[in-house]
Amino acid sequence: MVEGDWDIITGNHAAALAAKLARVNVVAAYPITPQTTVVEYLASFIESGYMSAEYIRVESEHSAMAAAIGAAAAGARTFTATSSQGLLYMAEVLHWAAGSRTPVGMAVINRSVGPPWNIHVDHQDSMSQRDTGWLQMYVSSNQEVLDTIIMMYKVSEHPDVMLPFMVCLDAFVLSHTFMPVKIPKQEEVDEFLPPYRPRHWALDPSDPMSFGNLTFPDDEYQEMRWSIDLSMRRALDIMEDVAEEFSEKFGRYHGGAIMKYGMSDADYVILTSATLASEAEVAVDIMRDEGIRIGLLKLRSFRPFPHRDLRENLQGKKGVIVVDRSISFSSGGPIGTEVRSSLYDITGSPPVINYITGLGGRDITYKDIIAMSKDAIGRISTGRLRRPYYWYKLKPEYQRVELTEEVMS
Amino acid sequence: MELRVPILIPVSKPRKGASGNTGLWRVERPVLDEGKCIKCWICWLYCPEEVISEGQNGFPVIDLSYCKGCGVCADVCPAKAVEMVRE
Repeated sequence: MVEGDWDIITGNHAAALAAKLARVNVVAAYPITPQTTVVEYLASFIESGYMSAEYIRVESEHSAMAAAIGAAAAGARTFTATSSQGLLYMAEVLHWAAGSRTPVGMAVINRSVGPPWNIHVDHQDSMSQRDTGWLQMYVSSNQEVLDTIIMMYKVSEHPDVMLPFMVCLDAFVLSHTFMPVKIPKQEEVDEFLPPYRPRHWALDPSDPMSFGNLTFPDDEYQEMRWSIDLSMRRALDIMEDVAEEFSEKFGRYHGGAIMKYGMSDADYVILTSATLASEAEVAVDIMRDEGIRIGLLKLRSFRPFPHRDLRENLQGKKGVIVVDRSISFSSGGPIGTEVRSSLYDITGSPPVINYITGLGGRDITYKDIIAMSKDAIGRISTGRLRRPYYWYKLKPEYQRVELTEEVMS
Repeated sequence: MELRVPILIPVSKPRKGASGNTGLWRVERPVLDEGKCIKCWICWLYCPEEVISEGQNGFPVIDLSYCKGCGVCADVCPAKAVEMVRE
C-alpha cells in the first residue's frame, strides 16, 4: 500500500486509512462485527509506527464514545467505529457528543439490529439514531468512504458547525469487499485538512471549567437545541463547499448532500442512498435504453436533511420512487417519510412511492430496482396509490398476505 | 452575507458562590463553649468541610456559611466543648 497510488482495499481498510490520513490523535476502540477490522487496522497502523495516535481500548461502546468525547473535549481529533447493537449501546452518549458540540468522527458500518441475529446490511441502526444531532452521511463505494471521512472532519470542525459526524457504510457490501481506491498523499491531506483547534470550549487544567450544567426552563436550553439545528442547516452549504474544494484538490467529486445522475430530463426519479444508489445507476441506464425517462437522486446526507435540494430537483416530476433499507414500523421508511414531508407543500409536488426492502442484507440488485420503478410507474399511471409505503421482495407467501392487506385497506 | 452561527454551550467556571453555600443544608448548628475548649484542634483536623479556623482570640471559629451541621466536630471533641443546637 503506497500513499498517492491506487490499491485494492476493503471499505473498513479505507475507513482506517482515512482516520490515519486525517491525523486523528485518539482512537477509541471496541470491536463488533462487521466493524472489527477497522479498529484492527488502526491498531496495526499505530503499533507499526505508520500512524501516531493514542489507542484507547475500552470495555463497551458506551465507554468508547465517552472516551472519544473526553478526548475531543480536550482538543484532540478523535475517531471511533461501530455497528448495529454497538451503536445502540452508544445511544445515550451520542446525544452527549452533539450537545457538547464535540466534533467526534465515527464510521458506522450499517448492520441489522437483532433479534434475530443477523450481521448483514440494513440501515435500521443509524436511522434509529437520526435525532441525536449527529451528521449522517451514507456512502456508495470504498473510495467514497475514504474521501467522505476526510471531508467530514473539515465540515464538522467548521466553527459554524461543531457537531459530531457518522459516515455510514453498508456491512460487507462495502466493509469487507475489495475495490480499487486511490489513496491520497499525506501532504495533500494535510494541506486540505488543518489540525483541529477547539474554538468554543476545551478542557484545560490551567483554566478549569465545568461542562453541562443544570439549566432551568427559563435558561437557554431551547436556544441550545436551536443552535444545533441551525448549525445542521448551515452544514449543508459548508458540505457543498468542502466537496468542491476536495474535488479541485484531489479530482474526485461524490456530491455534497445529494448526487444527481441522469436528472436533466427525467420524468421519474429514484431516490435512495448508500450502495442501493450504485445499483440504481445501473437500473437508470437500462431503463433509459428502454425509453423510460428516469433519473437517480442519491441522498448522501440524511442529517442534515437537504430539503432545498430535494424541492429544487423533484418539483414537477411525475413521481419519486424512494427505496428505504429500514422501517419505522407502521409509519414507513424514514427517508420516504421525510421526502414526502419535504415535498408536501410545494406546488407541483410529485407522488412519492416508498418501498421498504433489503432488510437484514436481502440482496437488492439493479433488477429489483427496475422492478420497483416499473411497479411505481404503473401505480402512478393507474392511480393505485393505496398506501404511504409498500414492502418489496417479501417471500411469496408473505407478499400475498401483504397484497391482500393492501387491497383491503 | 456571512452570518455566524451562535454555538451555545453550557459551561461554567468554578467560583465562590451561592451554589456552594452548603450552610443552607443545616438542620443542627455546632456551638462552641470556649470555657470548655482546650484548643487541641482535633475538631479542625476532623471537619470534613474545612470550615474551622483559628479566630482572633486563639479559639476555633466555625464558618457557618459552609458548615453542613454534620456533627463530627461535636463527636470528636475530647472536652465535649461543642454542642449541636437545632437551627
